[in-house]
Amino acid sequence: MSFLSGFTDSDLWHSFIRTPTALVSALLTLILIAGALAAPLVAPHNPFDLASLDIMSAHLPPVWMKDGDPAFLLGTDDQGRDVLSAIFYGARISLLVGFASVLLAVLIGVTLGLVSGYLGGRADAAIMRVADVQLSFPAILIALLIDGVARGVLPREAQEHMAVYVLVFAIGISNWVQYARTVRGAAMVESRKEYVQAARIIGIGPVAILWRHILPNVLGPVLVIATINLALAIITEATLSFLGVGVPPTTPSLGTLIRIGNDYLFSGEWWISIFPGVVLVLLVLSVNLLGDWLRDALNPKLR
Amino acid sequence: MALLDVENLSVEFPSRRGTFVAVNGVTIAVQPGEILGVVGESGAGKSTIGNAVIGLLEPPGRIGAGQIRLDGQRIDDLDDDAKRRIRGRRVSMIFQDPQTSLDPLQTIESQLVETIRVHLGLDHRAAQARAVDLLRQVGIPEPELRVKLYPHQFSGGMRQRVVIALALCAEPEVVVADEPTTALDVSIQAQILTLLKRLCRDKRVGMIVITHDMGVIAEITDRVAVMYRGKVVEEGPTSKILGDPDHPYTRALIGAVPRPDLRLHRFPYVDYIEGIAEKPAAISLKDHWLGRSRDFQRRHDGPLLELRDLSIRFPLNTAWLERNRRYVDAVKGVSFAIREGETFGLVGESGSGKSTIARLITQLYRPSGGSVVFDGTDVTALKRDRDLNPFRRQIQMVFQDPYSSLNPRMRVLDIVAEPIRFHRLAGSRAEVNRIVRDLLDHVGLGAKAAEKYPHEFSGGQRQRIVIARALATRPRFLICDEPTSALDVSIQAQILNLLKDLQEELRLTMLFISHDLPVIRQMCDRVGVMRFGQLLEVAPTEELFVSPQHPYTQELLSLMPNFRGLTHRGLDVEDRATG
Amino acid sequence: MLTFILHRLLQSVLVILAVALIAFSLFRYVGDPVNAMTGQDTTLQQREELRERLGLNDPFLVQYGRFVADAAQAEFGISYRHRRPVRELLAERLPATLELSIVSMALALLLGIPMGVYTALKPKGILSRGFMSLSLVGVSLPTFLIGILLILLFGVVLRWLPTFGRGEVVHLSGWTTGLLTKSGLQSLILPAFTLALFQMTLIMRLVRSEMLEVLRTDFIKFCRARGLPSRLVHFRHALKNTLVPVITITGLQLGSIIAFAIITESVFQWPGMGLLFIQAITTVDIPVMAAYLCMVAFFFVVINLVVDLLYFAVDPRLRVRRAA
Repeated sequence: MSFLSGFTDSDLWHSFIRTPTALVSALLTLILIAGALAAPLVAPHNPFDLASLDIMSAHLPPVWMKDGDPAFLLGTDDQGRDVLSAIFYGARISLLVGFASVLLAVLIGVTLGLVSGYLGGRADAAIMRVADVQLSFPAILIALLIDGVARGVLPREAQEHMAVYVLVFAIGISNWVQYARTVRGAAMVESRKEYVQAARIIGIGPVAILWRHILPNVLGPVLVIATINLALAIITEATLSFLGVGVPPTTPSLGTLIRIGNDYLFSGEWWISIFPGVVLVLLVLSVNLLGDWLRDALNPKLR
Repeated sequence: MALLDVENLSVEFPSRRGTFVAVNGVTIAVQPGEILGVVGESGAGKSTIGNAVIGLLEPPGRIGAGQIRLDGQRIDDLDDDAKRRIRGRRVSMIFQDPQTSLDPLQTIESQLVETIRVHLGLDHRAAQARAVDLLRQVGIPEPELRVKLYPHQFSGGMRQRVVIALALCAEPEVVVADEPTTALDVSIQAQILTLLKRLCRDKRVGMIVITHDMGVIAEITDRVAVMYRGKVVEEGPTSKILGDPDHPYTRALIGAVPRPDLRLHRFPYVDYIEGIAEKPAAISLKDHWLGRSRDFQRRHDGPLLELRDLSIRFPLNTAWLERNRRYVDAVKGVSFAIREGETFGLVGESGSGKSTIARLITQLYRPSGGSVVFDGTDVTALKRDRDLNPFRRQIQMVFQDPYSSLNPRMRVLDIVAEPIRFHRLAGSRAEVNRIVRDLLDHVGLGAKAAEKYPHEFSGGQRQRIVIARALATRPRFLICDEPTSALDVSIQAQILNLLKDLQEELRLTMLFISHDLPVIRQMCDRVGVMRFGQLLEVAPTEELFVSPQHPYTQELLSLMPNFRGLTHRGLDVEDRATG
Repeated sequence: MLTFILHRLLQSVLVILAVALIAFSLFRYVGDPVNAMTGQDTTLQQREELRERLGLNDPFLVQYGRFVADAAQAEFGISYRHRRPVRELLAERLPATLELSIVSMALALLLGIPMGVYTALKPKGILSRGFMSLSLVGVSLPTFLIGILLILLFGVVLRWLPTFGRGEVVHLSGWTTGLLTKSGLQSLILPAFTLALFQMTLIMRLVRSEMLEVLRTDFIKFCRARGLPSRLVHFRHALKNTLVPVITITGLQLGSIIAFAIITESVFQWPGMGLLFIQAITTVDIPVMAAYLCMVAFFFVVINLVVDLLYFAVDPRLRVRRAA
């Protein structure tokens, strides 16, 4: 209770309810996440149920256009899948990959950053050299590369159902460096502070110091990066899927849907690409707005 | 009519928690060739007055009421461009930290020339000549050569001279100097103050010197305004204010300044400043939890702590080859002993190795040579935590910076309870809570502080929490590493009084580290003087202050602030209070 | 200063060697190179001969050394898919990618920096708010989606601009350029803008936040206290001090343009290295992947070196300290 009232009394909460963009973007993010989670309940069709697909209803435009079918609000794709339902299910995969890969990157990055920053010495040098080399390559390239390697290593039949795991791994691995560097810097600053010295004088061991004293004090920036990276991870997933090296068309994500629609752009069937695209942008935009607000709110001097 | 008139000035900072009035109805005036000191502690609003005069209040600050007049003409209600034309040309400002007040990417010349040309409209060549001339006036040797350099090529004191030259570019009538010597070494401070005084007299400039330092006030000001919580509580000629203050706050402030010239038992008057819970009755060690620290077996009759030929070196670079590595000897062959119940002082400038010694005694650093012997045991030879922990419990430390020595994410209860829990000094949870509350009460914070977080406390209050944490292991030996150098002088007096009380009550042995000689004089029984990692001289405190042996000690003593005309009235009161 | 540059050169060589090790491991251990190069009718003996001829039976370090030596001469073997030397493939594609990247870089810098400065100086202005909202949209729009939207608008609806390929190119002694023909220039507009938009918003936001940071420093306050006009304070003192951190990050960002070109090239079917790489990934064409990796590492290292040199030009503290 006291924690809750402490939170509602805090500057962070106050800034949140006073910032319309933060409120709206949080609301939008929640709606999109809820829609994606509840996809089987709210989607009018099941796009993965091959039996229900009818090739006769392929290439239908949205309902308000000529030839539109009220059963398919936003039209259908080349296989007769309902675009609206596909978006619900697609957002699910996009969010799943996004959250899972950010979690992976945070786990790796924060652990290595803490070790590096508190212990220093050789462990620090080794971790930071790897980080430097990796940082000289853009994340998307590393993700592509890991994806390519996975294709070479995994047997062909396993590739399809492993695709999501490969993506999570590829995106997670390609993004850990930023956390590691931030946490390392913060941990170095914190570990030189006198409260850590006080704990050491008392006799408290390094693991307890890292866990109880340093970690809680470096989590602020991690939260900000994680929010902004969630948007980035969703974009990366969509990009990889769009490039044809991500999620396969049988269980499409938003990126895959856009890729499918891209082939029909010139024949005027814009809806297959554009609706998933709009949802993707709304999702990324609202997460970005939240991240922006969070950064400003946690770092008042930057305003 | 004075040169600069500040009349009934109020400055407000609106925020969502209400409007904060930083300056409240202040009236001051400066004549040509006069130095007015504005003195007060942090948060008194003295810097805000300076910013208001120069027309650069930080948003959302705004002038709520009052006027600022220069030569009888109002300058606070001018538009932005008119204000800009006055800044630098007629009213100028000198900032505190010379390291950050110059553009690092431009030469001194280009910064001077640019300012001269903006205000005086000289051509480039004439401006260059004037720049060199200005540098000469502020006492920079070889100005023709130095003018071509970049700021980072100057030392701190020289940079402050450049800052002064920049402020004087256009012969302003009024100069506001905001803590002009606070960031400088003691020896440089005196030079800069002399320079400011000379320039003020020669050029008939009206100068406002904003400072927290009574030494600066005594050194150069003609008149003083004492500020307390946004108001001027007392104003008058410097000799009158220092010698015969009327307002109780002024008297408290002066009484709290550590006297370099004689030792007092306690600082007087300190209760005016920060509301502190009534100090509880002295505890009897026999039946108090803190008294149970006496359960250590006496094993040894010699000194409690002894350093034997202690050394530590730090690598400067991380070369792979041993012969390429460079080391710095932070502490070199230091030996001294501290008797049980004694307060031993270590004094020296920054970088002299005195804080490193504290960290060697507490085992934060491992020495590269020599040993630390505590109560007859060589603790530097112990390796395992199991063997070290009993000694860690007996040796605790109070740190310099009260803002970084408390974990901001932990409640005060958990901060103070951590050592009790770690060393299993209490049985039940309830007992831990009771002990923590008792400790907080005892350092003058009150038991309610336990539920709060560190950010809810001021610097002085935080230092009390740090002291409570240090006491929570029931230590025999307490190291105080510059415990008050980050605090205002009145808060410093309170904390020093608290430390004295605790020491007497708990019969603590103390190592007191400070760069501040007057503080050392008030606190210590014996003093060691350090420079460049070496111990130069050890002597009983009074002996050291009266007849220093080492030339370096003599030099340090000669640089102590000089309180000409400082009253003995504060002492009279003290005599009455104790006698 | 010389030792500093030598130090950085040494670091760069280490980075390249590390990347080469990764590329080599790809080549050697992901899939079997012999299998990839031969058909089903190759006999076991022929395979063994090929294995011996490729030196695949040699010790690891010998093979790695040979790989590095070959890579230094841009020799990366034969593409599994195209059955042509990778070197030829890359040489054909390099001009297209470089032209696209450089034009995009220029666009991003020329638009991004002034926008960043403007939004920092007038944070409350309507135009600034517009720029900031635009930049948020820019950061939130995936590059490929920008491409698709531009194609839809200018290619499908308005039919103003070509939407795929490079148009007509001119051959200039081993280099092909689309900058000299009308159709080449027209074809460049959409991909270049697509590629530039994301980088431009990043640069703008970076310049803005750095500039705001500098504007809060003591020396800027002292400049104002001396009564310098805003023009001097902003452009002489604040902007120049903003440049040091901006150079670092823009350096890295510009490097990543080459990587982002993969996406743009894929959307616009731009015949550059990125398109080659993405095809190589889908078909597991390891020699091409390895070669592309080494190329990108090389570009990055060069850009980083240039950035280091720029530091010296901008910051006198580095110049003097190193010289002393």
